[in-house]
Amino acid sequence: MLADAPSLVPARSATPRAHHRRFRLLTAALVAAALLVTALLLGWDNRFEPFSDRWWRISSMRTSTIAVIALVTFCQAFATVAFQTVTHNRILTPSIMGFESLYVLVQTTVVFVFGATSVVGLEPTARFVVQSAAMVAFAVVLYSWLLSGRLGNLHVMLLVGIVLGAGMGSASSFLQQLLDPSEFDVLRARLFGSIGNANTDFLWIVVPVCAATGAAIWMISRRLDVLALGSDLSTNLGLRHRRQVMLVLTLVSVLMAMSTSLVGPMTFLGFLSATLAYSLTDTHEHRRVLPVAWLVGFVTLATAYLLLRHVFALVDTVSIVVELIGGALFLAVIFRKGRL
Amino acid sequence: MSELTTRRRVTDVDALSHGDRRSPLGRRSPWPVLIGVAATVALLCVSLLVGVADITGDGAEFLWITRVPRTASLMLAGASMAMAGLVMQLMTQNRFVEPTTVGTTEWAGLGLLLAYILVPSAGVALKTVIAVVFAFVGTLVFFAFLRRVTLKSSLIVPIVGIMFGAVVGAVTTFLAIQANLLQVLGAWFMGRFTGIEIGRYELLWIVAVVAIAVAITADRFTVAGLGKDVATNVGLNYERIVLFGVGLVAITTGIVTVVIGMLPFLGLIVPNLVSLVRGDDLRSNLPWVFLAGIWVVTVCDIVGRIVIMPFEVPTSLVLGVVGAAVFLALLLRTRRTDAR
Repeated sequence: MLADAPSLVPARSATPRAHHRRFRLLTAALVAAALLVTALLLGWDNRFEPFSDRWWRISSMRTSTIAVIALVTFCQAFATVAFQTVTHNRILTPSIMGFESLYVLVQTTVVFVFGATSVVGLEPTARFVVQSAAMVAFAVVLYSWLLSGRLGNLHVMLLVGIVLGAGMGSASSFLQQLLDPSEFDVLRARLFGSIGNANTDFLWIVVPVCAATGAAIWMISRRLDVLALGSDLSTNLGLRHRRQVMLVLTLVSVLMAMSTSLVGPMTFLGFLSATLAYSLTDTHEHRRVLPVAWLVGFVTLATAYLLLRHVFALVDTVSIVVELIGGALFLAVIFRKGRL
Repeated sequence: MSELTTRRRVTDVDALSHGDRRSPLGRRSPWPVLIGVAATVALLCVSLLVGVADITGDGAEFLWITRVPRTASLMLAGASMAMAGLVMQLMTQNRFVEPTTVGTTEWAGLGLLLAYILVPSAGVALKTVIAVVFAFVGTLVFFAFLRRVTLKSSLIVPIVGIMFGAVVGAVTTFLAIQANLLQVLGAWFMGRFTGIEIGRYELLWIVAVVAIAVAITADRFTVAGLGKDVATNVGLNYERIVLFGVGLVAITTGIVTVVIGMLPFLGLIVPNLVSLVRGDDLRSNLPWVFLAGIWVVTVCDIVGRIVIMPFEVPTSLVLGVVGAAVFLALLLRTRRTDAR
């Protein structure tokens, strides 16, 4: 890292303008693509005169879907990029490490232990907040242990995360089998969202929370640039590494909780956004990577939704198709690099 | 001293000439295996007795209709999946490989689903054959993929394998949604012994034949496990034994997936636990792998049967939780003993 740093800097600074121009072009193209997809989503097969009263009535039904897509991709992109920085790798993502399974397990356990009725007795908003907070607390404890470096090796961490995710998935299904059917219905309604049919009841909480968390990540993004240099270097440069990692992990857990509460697990979406963003921008600067990752994720998910919903009429399969693309990309990256 | 060694040598030669194969660790009395068998028989008797119908009184006829078939299939599925894991681990020289961590099970599932969609009129036998062929081809594809990837750590194989399985699983889910078979899919792949009765499990006896084939050829797999160079040096056709092994694994996995469903982690934890206790000689470990496989599956099934009596929790869920816990323990232990 130190050895090749001097050779990198002049290479970068030799053509900062070209690099900068390229980045602007890329961002402009992505914004244009995002706007185009949004317009298409709003206007597709809307037979009334554009911008008339009736046209808006149809379109407004679709705006909540667009909002959900924007939110989910925002959460996944920011969470994944930040997570990959503090774990020093480009393969791990919060979803692959089982964050979402943890959320499902926490939800299921709450219903299992306290019963659906007592939870329903609690005001829904309070319940949502309490459960999300519980998930964030668990995630921070679990993953700060997992990523503390005591496991040392990246591969051990990755495999532990995957197996942990699978185990927590089994444990949730196991508890769900033990629930009586009416409680299971309550839980099911709460857990199984999808892009086309998201849990939008708490959108008014999710939006500000996501905005605040995202803003926090944006504000510390300069620090993330330093954290990416590794524990020793960032400590040398005056950061309390461990404390910063805990802070980032907390923010990541919040974003993942929000995303999962809206649409349920999306294993490879974050990986897709982050990987494409890094290869498109060709930089490590978070202020550039973060927005591009969000835009890439939005364009991908919205295009998939547009095609599957309105062109092929296969709305149920949106998440699966995105999973397929992301999973294939994951394998392709490993295959092309020839190593992990 | 020298006299003693000579005498010892003479006994060894003597023993060899009588065709007695001895473990390198010294004499082993037959008692442990016999005790193991007795414990297995006792456990299987418990499995016969657990259930809603009282087989000692009114429900005596159920003994032959469901309890005996169920217990027999527990025995066959447990022993054979544990064996499949062992064979794969030897062939890949990797302790974290088994049918569910390299995608063999998912390929079998894809084959089964395609058989249902394309030739719905086919009998169970034909569908099973298609599932076996898919499992075979899929495993070979994965092995070919592995040869392209430089292995920096033995943990990469299961990581890539699980992702590979996830992508194949996503394809299966996509097809199932198209064919309106999603619900059926969940029921098939959830490994459970609930619906087993006379006339529905007889295919499983084929895996007993496979198990015998493995027992006969055990030494070849042990030699193949020493690596391609060593195996070729001692006169073994390495490629052929690998093809043969993959074929046996595919047959076992295909049949168990069609009749029972997925049994996660079984092939992984059983051989590893046996190796922990006894070392790595396939021939002398094989009976223990069979027995331990039966124990694990039977205990998980009995737990699944009694927690919400008169209903049942699928065995695969119990196994998923237990298996993940044991897998994690093994992983963390490995890390401590050798710093891979």
